[in-house]
Amino acid sequence: MGEKIIYNPKSETMPREDIEQLQIEKLQSTLNRAYRNVAFYQKAFDANRVNLENIKDIDSLRQLPFTTKEDLQKSYPYDMFAVPLRNIVRIHSSGTTGKPIVVGFTRDDLRNWTECAARLLAAAGLTEHDVVQIALDYNLFTSGFGFQQGAEHIGASVIPASFTASVEKQIVIMKDFKTTALVTTPSHAVKIASGLEEMRLHAEALNLRHGLFWGERWSDQLRDQLEARLGIISTDTYGLTEMMSPGVAGECHLRDGLHINEDHFIVEVINPKTLEPEGVGPEGELVLTTITKEGFPLIRYRTGDITSLDPEPCACARTFLKMARVLSRTDDLISFRGVEFFPAEIEQILIEVEGVSPHYQIILGREAGVDTLELKVEISDSITFLDGLKSVENMLAQLSRRIKNDLEIEAKITLVEPKALQHIEAKDRVIDKRPA
Amino acid sequence: MLKILNLEAGYGQLRVLKGISLHVLPGEAVAIIGANGAGKTTLLKTIAGVLRPRSGKIMFNKQDISNAALEKIVASGCCLVPEGRHVFSTMTVKENLLLGAYHRQKNGDSLNISSSLKQVYKLFGILEERANQLAGTLSGGQQQMLAIGRALMSGPKLLMMDEPSLGVAPLLVKSIYKTIADLKRQGLTILLVEQNARAALALADRGYVFETGQIVLEGTSRELSDNPEVQRAYLGKEYQRIDE
Repeated sequence: MGEKIIYNPKSETMPREDIEQLQIEKLQSTLNRAYRNVAFYQKAFDANRVNLENIKDIDSLRQLPFTTKEDLQKSYPYDMFAVPLRNIVRIHSSGTTGKPIVVGFTRDDLRNWTECAARLLAAAGLTEHDVVQIALDYNLFTSGFGFQQGAEHIGASVIPASFTASVEKQIVIMKDFKTTALVTTPSHAVKIASGLEEMRLHAEALNLRHGLFWGERWSDQLRDQLEARLGIISTDTYGLTEMMSPGVAGECHLRDGLHINEDHFIVEVINPKTLEPEGVGPEGELVLTTITKEGFPLIRYRTGDITSLDPEPCACARTFLKMARVLSRTDDLISFRGVEFFPAEIEQILIEVEGVSPHYQIILGREAGVDTLELKVEISDSITFLDGLKSVENMLAQLSRRIKNDLEIEAKITLVEPKALQHIEAKDRVIDKRPA
Repeated sequence: MLKILNLEAGYGQLRVLKGISLHVLPGEAVAIIGANGAGKTTLLKTIAGVLRPRSGKIMFNKQDISNAALEKIVASGCCLVPEGRHVFSTMTVKENLLLGAYHRQKNGDSLNISSSLKQVYKLFGILEERANQLAGTLSGGQQQMLAIGRALMSGPKLLMMDEPSLGVAPLLVKSIYKTIADLKRQGLTILLVEQNARAALALADRGYVFETGQIVLEGTSRELSDNPEVQRAYLGKEYQRIDE
């Protein structure tokens, strides 16, 4: 039903040549505004001897310095705003960890954000026939509002269930209000799925057909699991408070990468170690430049998210570049006895050895000055003791061999009982007990 | 239809345009707004070939016209209605109009010229009434109509207009803008420079805001009309100082 709707075909299917012209125009005017109106950028450009008149194409972006989250924290609350406060109509804040940051939107910014969110929801397959239950934290954060504005814009019926309602309450709303699309965090979705099972409600008894999961990274395996348990199709959307959240990129019904709203953002992927642009193809850190924002423009903002860009034209007819789903962050990188690795690499090995997505936890410690790594793995149905202890031993041996061979790491692997790790938050996936 | 990248231009030592990039799609009306001296007129003169660009690129219908001769640019369908009209006051209205079709006459296009003349008379009835009167005896608004009519006689695909409301009585401004809107409806592409930002944004699909030779803002006319800084600086909305 309405799966192939393109919300704004004029923009979303624009020829590449026109996108490039649009981007350079908007980039130049954004840079002129940022330089004139934001002291931080005036200082940063002058310090790097940047002459904005030399920014003649998208590639020359690399002459400009990066903006980091620390820069935003130092500018708390309003120092990065490019317009006077009287022109700002909405203020949001974020920062679950560390110092908060504050972002502001002008009337035009809000309209653009709403349009971008609407595009992503339409691409996901939502229409005016959908009843959208938003179980996200509205408290200061942007995402509940972003999904709400976008959903209302395409004419869907929105239930701002928020995050405060209990799992039972969410399920009651979902059932009684005939919710067709659920917007929530992946971990909350897992709880709702478990809640359904505990209440002996089958997904088929609901009207749910769509899931949009947000705020935490969710693996492809978790996606499969949630789709099966909730009887839904899920699509991934990408955004961040500093830009638009959601609003930067989203999957279409083909779910082969997330289309970036390139008429509002210029994307780069850089090597997080050398900071050199990687171009299209290789994996690296996503760097975003806003080209329409009036209130809070950001130039070459390092998102910390790891992805890659895909220039292949999409069968859905959208011409915007696609980015891969974000499954890891630069700050996930674990340094361990001189080796650097991402938790996702361990997860991949677990999947390959076990054949299913396991729940796991990595605990880093230090004994007698030497780093230690304990990998806790939840026993899943696929590791049945019916096969005998032998096969469990086999699996453990195989796991530690793979981890040693692939990552050059010695890990102590412990099995823990089912459901012990199922509900842990993404941020607790790695516990670092090593003294700084 | 028109695509400009990193255009720089000026007069002598004076750099006026400091790297301008903009585009106009077929059938679109685009407004350039900005204060005096921001480079709006310089932009139109450079596109029309009156001024030579120092660097950058002007593409018109996929042809590079950055350094093309003025008459070639007109013949390719890109025509300027200059600020202050510049009609030939000692010639009749009709002679002025026919002059606009000079390059077509040379190519023996007289049949189409007479149909263009009919169209112009249809748009501006007053010009037909005064066809044999000297252009210098027309009012400011009528001269503006004549200047637009003369440009239309060249058979343009892109009509560039520099301050069509300047020095024209308010009532006639309305009628001139109504005519420009009619031309747009008929599919003519329009690039409009105006200090009268309200009239320009009401007509245009999109706009660019110029400040000291650079573009500092661009967007749809709705976005620009809603922008408080544009309202304050160019739309004359009451400006209240609020302590920040």
